[in-house]
Amino acid sequence: MTEGDAVNGVNRDGSFAPVIAGSALGATAAPATPRNVPNRGGAPNESIEPMRQQFATAVRRVDVVWGETTVVVDPTRVHDVIRWLHDDPSQRYDYLSDVTAVEFRDLEQPLEVVWHLRSLPYRRFIRIKVLLERGAALEVPSVWDIYKGADWLERECYDMFGIKFAGHPDLRRLLMWEQYNEGFPLRKDFPLRGRFSRSEQLRQALAANPEARYSKEELSIADAFEDLPADMRRRLTTGERTGE
Amino acid sequence: MGLSPRPDTRLIDTSSNEPWITTKLDAFVNWGRKNSLWPMPFGTACCAIEFMATAASKYDLARFGMERQAFSPRQADLLICAGRVPFKLAPVLRRIWQQMPQPKWCISMGACASTGGMFDNYAVVQGIDSIIPVDVYVPGCPPRPEGLLYGIMMLQKKVANERSGDPSLRNEMEPDPDTQLYIPPSVIDEVSEPFGNSIHQTRSGL
Ligand code: SF4
Repeated sequence: MTEGDAVNGVNRDGSFAPVIAGSALGATAAPATPRNVPNRGGAPNESIEPMRQQFATAVRRVDVVWGETTVVVDPTRVHDVIRWLHDDPSQRYDYLSDVTAVEFRDLEQPLEVVWHLRSLPYRRFIRIKVLLERGAALEVPSVWDIYKGADWLERECYDMFGIKFAGHPDLRRLLMWEQYNEGFPLRKDFPLRGRFSRSEQLRQALAANPEARYSKEELSIADAFEDLPADMRRRLTTGERTGE
Repeated sequence: MGLSPRPDTRLIDTSSNEPWITTKLDAFVNWGRKNSLWPMPFGTACCAIEFMATAASKYDLARFGMERQAFSPRQADLLICAGRVPFKLAPVLRRIWQQMPQPKWCISMGACASTGGMFDNYAVVQGIDSIIPVDVYVPGCPPRPEGLLYGIMMLQKKVANERSGDPSLRNEMEPDPDTQLYIPPSVIDEVSEPFGNSIHQTRSGL
């Protein structure tokens, strides 16, 4: 069975299909560390040309910095662009390495949401950006339906920046606890020590029940559910997280 | 016997086949306790690496009777908190402390566990003594193994000097049921005031 038959890393018979780095490039020589890369300019990623043909004006800007390509795309089309980069046989961006956001000190500048994609078979890297204008809703489509690994990356980004990922199945805080209500810590208007006094922060943290923080699915205890203590069963079925 | 005679211990009749001694109960019990502490490492950050070095062969905690490290709070009597504690972990640390049976002691290892250290930010508890009582603070970032051993020896000294008649000794501190704090909120705010560079933290002016 050739590698091309596999869908999402799984062969038709259900076995796991490893992705071989550079396999789509044929007999090209193994990559060497590039030398004399210009700071700005230089040849963009090979995916840019077909992307422009496919999405025309949705591709707003292309920057090449230190040999890495950044594409700013239309927020309404970003899901289509990433879907195309993942599915098209000439692109095969099969690895999502990060989803994050950037806020600048200059409050006139829009917030950016950033996706880092890597194509292992073609040995390519691309950075997709969406600009969220000030005052508009901080919402972008979730790519969870394309990359399951986006789950925690988007939750972290929501937790730290308050960006909503429409279509994410379980958009809760990831790093801070779920009842955390001081705001979004990596936003520029968030004071480093938080908004509340130290004693209030400690009081709220200690009020959390450490055992009631996880959903039933996360704990993989659906099978052992009947064996759990009664109070824990009650909390898990009602979705209550604090146990208070 | 391995007992080295203490000044308050008198050996009687060593010539008999069944030697016996008189001593104070406290001296005897404390001697046993201080030389068989069961530490539970609560390692959350870089300090835990230094704790591991202390436990490993070169510095060898076992020389101090700590051969057995407990990884369950119910079989431990010394909590060594090595590393920063974020607010999310605060109820966990409190729960672990409550699960340890008396007698129990606590060493706060490193700047972060003792004061929050350089992390004067929204996420880190400013000293674990606002969650659980602490017996010995070991300064350093991280403390060297010698530093931790010195702290442990200080704790052993403290254990050796306990008096069972002291009514405050095994007092299990119950936190206030409303706030879950056992220190008044004003005191917590006062001791965790910003200092050093962190007073400039709002300089972006936003
Ligand atoms: S005191 Fe220093 S070494 Fe220890 S946990 Fe904090 S930062 Fe790490």
